[in-house]
Amino acid sequence: MTSDLIVFLVLSLVAIATALGMLFSRNAVYSALFLVLNFVTVAVFYLLLGAPFIAMSQITVYAGAIMVLFLFVIMLLGVESISSPNALPWQRPLAAILSVILVVESVYLILSRAQPDMSIASPDASLNTMDSLREMAMSLFNNYLLPFEITSILLLVAMVGAIVLTKQEKGEQKS
Amino acid sequence: MIPVDYYVALSAVLFSIGALGVLIRRNPLIIFMSIELMLNAANLAFVAFGRSHEIQTGEPFFGGQIFVFFVIAVAAAEVAVGLALIVEIFKTKKNINIDELNSLKG
Repeated sequence: MTSDLIVFLVLSLVAIATALGMLFSRNAVYSALFLVLNFVTVAVFYLLLGAPFIAMSQITVYAGAIMVLFLFVIMLLGVESISSPNALPWQRPLAAILSVILVVESVYLILSRAQPDMSIASPDASLNTMDSLREMAMSLFNNYLLPFEITSILLLVAMVGAIVLTKQEKGEQKS
Repeated sequence: MIPVDYYVALSAVLFSIGALGVLIRRNPLIIFMSIELMLNAANLAFVAFGRSHEIQTGEPFFGGQIFVFFVIAVAAAEVAVGLALIVEIFKTKKNINIDELNSLKG
């Protein structure tokens, strides 16, 4: 067993444990913090896969910006925990059983067709230099320029939409 | 050396946990977080397949990473709009239990 595999197994244990912790925490703030840990773990996976730029964007955008937004909304609304009678009592056990079947089936199918010659070596030092980043930027702005511009328009629309949704109407204040 | 299938299997497990979260939780914020978890699992599979393609052909390949970059941008946009919607629903209903949100009119 190589050291790569040990790192991978430990990290995947952490990733699955934090995902389950996110799922089963009573308090929504704890869920959000578990999810931050999960995102950081996935960022380390990106480093193992030789994608340092994506790992850094994962930490800044997901673990930083998005989760701060989540925590802000949770604390703003004060909805740390919602306790209410469940409308459909049979729905939760059924969902749990079906998702366990989904996990077992998909992992079995993926691993039973595993091709041992398709393995990923840990990235050598050349992948973590500026040259690799420069090549990725060249590819982004040459081959994928149109999707990039469309993404910028999408972000603009989302920004305007969020402002319009939360804007207080002038006549609405009295009611 | 880690087989690429291990990464795909881990991604499948994370995706299923996210799907389970969407199904069993009543808090819309946690449902949102589960959706983020599923997006993240898909991203992991993208990067793993991209890296595997890169190793097989022996040439630098950034398609997988660039697609993940776009997915991260779309997820950020989606979270901004979705949380604005949740705040607005809370303002009108004073409650965000998912079982009671069964009408579009406030």
